[in-house]
Amino acid sequence: MTKDIIVKAVDVTKLFGPFTALDKVNLEIAKGEVCCIIGPSGSGKSTFLRCINQLEKMNSGAIWVNDELVGYRREGNNLYEISDADMARQRRRVGMVFQRFNLFPHMTALENVMEGPVQVLKEPVAEVRKRAEELLARVGLADKIGHYPSQLSGGQQQRVAIARAMCMRPDLILFDEPTSALDPELVSEVLDVMKDLAASGMTMIVVTHELGFARNVANTVAFMEAGKMVEIGPASELLTSPKSPRTAEFIKAVHS
Amino acid sequence: MSIADATSTTTDQKYEIAHLKLVPKRHVGRMIAAAIVLLVLAAIVRAFSVGQIEWSYVRDFLFAPAILDGLKSTLIMTVAAMALGIVLGVVIAIMRVSGNPVLSSIAIGYVWIFRGAPALLQLMIWFNLALIFPKMGIPGLFEFRTVDVMTSFVAAMLGLGISQGAYTSEVVRSGLLSVDSGQYEAARAIGMTQFRMLRRIVLPQAMRVMVPPIGNEVIGMVKLTSLASVIQYSEILHNAQIIYFANTRVLELLLVACFWYLVVVTLLSIGQYYIERYFGRGSKSITASM
Repeated sequence: MTKDIIVKAVDVTKLFGPFTALDKVNLEIAKGEVCCIIGPSGSGKSTFLRCINQLEKMNSGAIWVNDELVGYRREGNNLYEISDADMARQRRRVGMVFQRFNLFPHMTALENVMEGPVQVLKEPVAEVRKRAEELLARVGLADKIGHYPSQLSGGQQQRVAIARAMCMRPDLILFDEPTSALDPELVSEVLDVMKDLAASGMTMIVVTHELGFARNVANTVAFMEAGKMVEIGPASELLTSPKSPRTAEFIKAVHS
Repeated sequence: MSIADATSTTTDQKYEIAHLKLVPKRHVGRMIAAAIVLLVLAAIVRAFSVGQIEWSYVRDFLFAPAILDGLKSTLIMTVAAMALGIVLGVVIAIMRVSGNPVLSSIAIGYVWIFRGAPALLQLMIWFNLALIFPKMGIPGLFEFRTVDVMTSFVAAMLGLGISQGAYTSEVVRSGLLSVDSGQYEAARAIGMTQFRMLRRIVLPQAMRVMVPPIGNEVIGMVKLTSLASVIQYSEILHNAQIIYFANTRVLELLLVACFWYLVVVTLLSIGQYYIERYFGRGSKSITASM
């Protein structure tokens, strides 16, 4: 594995009872790369994303983040599940932005952003506060730092959630359909923040239905269907001249 | 316009009443009911004032040392039994949701027994435990006579606290269930361990749901401690009884005890308001009023 591969997934398989949610999914993401995963609902995109930071446990396969095996420790010919504390330590390096924002409702925007670095990384409060204020200003919410999530619009909440992920200074950020729960007029303010983040060199994996964003911002696009990785390629190629007829059909259906 | 002009002038007159004064309807039935209730209330107040109550006794015993000592014991028992109840409630609730079938079955059984048996009966069982276990302890390590340890204070605390734990565990469980699963995921995603997630993210949100019913239970516990008078614990009702056995002023002393219960409950209700406001921060109903 070369040094600048951040995420490597090999044969990731996930079963929900008799249902195969992920069927031997493979993916490789380089440092600074922006990868959009597209595909119909129920194709396993979100499940795969959640496997990367262990919110979902896989049934077989393996994922490495920064060359470190995720969730397991190898001893001889066995893979032992790691402890709660080790799992938490691994997750610190992977940011996540959720479809439903999941801000902590009992904390202000600033407290939400500061919570991880202060409580988990044990960084000095003053330093974190300065960084959190800068991040909130960067996502256009300098005047909302004292607001509680219930006082913010969906788009503002999602921008706080992105700032919360960034404040942990992760190696990569996962986006799980970040604009799907937003009113249409609020989508662009969130996409603009993500575009800015991509331009700054952050490694991002984005599960999305926004093909326009994929075309303009992503380096690679992956198309998933029925738990399988159907096609992966450079964004411009996959979106304009896909190799698989299924990919072509999906892109056509979304555009029509 | 032409259609409007064509309609008769009576329609125009019909719309002219828009400026008239609006008179709300009178709820005659409600007014009569209120009058009746006031009359009944006045009759009750009068009955007490002309009844054979020596109000001077009420006044004299309100701050009597024995009554104030009893009040202190009532408060101590409330705190002790409630603390035991909350600790047990949290433990039992976590066992219940743990996913381990043995732990959750034991939690269900605990709630079944200690919520099912009357609190008074449980107090008496603890108090009389020496009848079946004259000695307790770990053989060879330490041993003691049950009557020495099972004082009326310990028996009352165990009886009230353990049965309270059964109720409180259901309150805690509903609090834990009220927190959205997305909150657990967001906490894990920023790298929190299980314990930190519970302390920083889950419990503060669960508290918002748990505080009103627990406040309710604390107030219930203040009054429930009066059961301990049966096993000779010298709380306020027990001390009031001892006084009226001597001076036969039964109702006067009961009113004294009643007065203090109401004072304590009033203070607790005020405290509950502020605790609820603290844990409700960030929620819509609170921020709307700020």
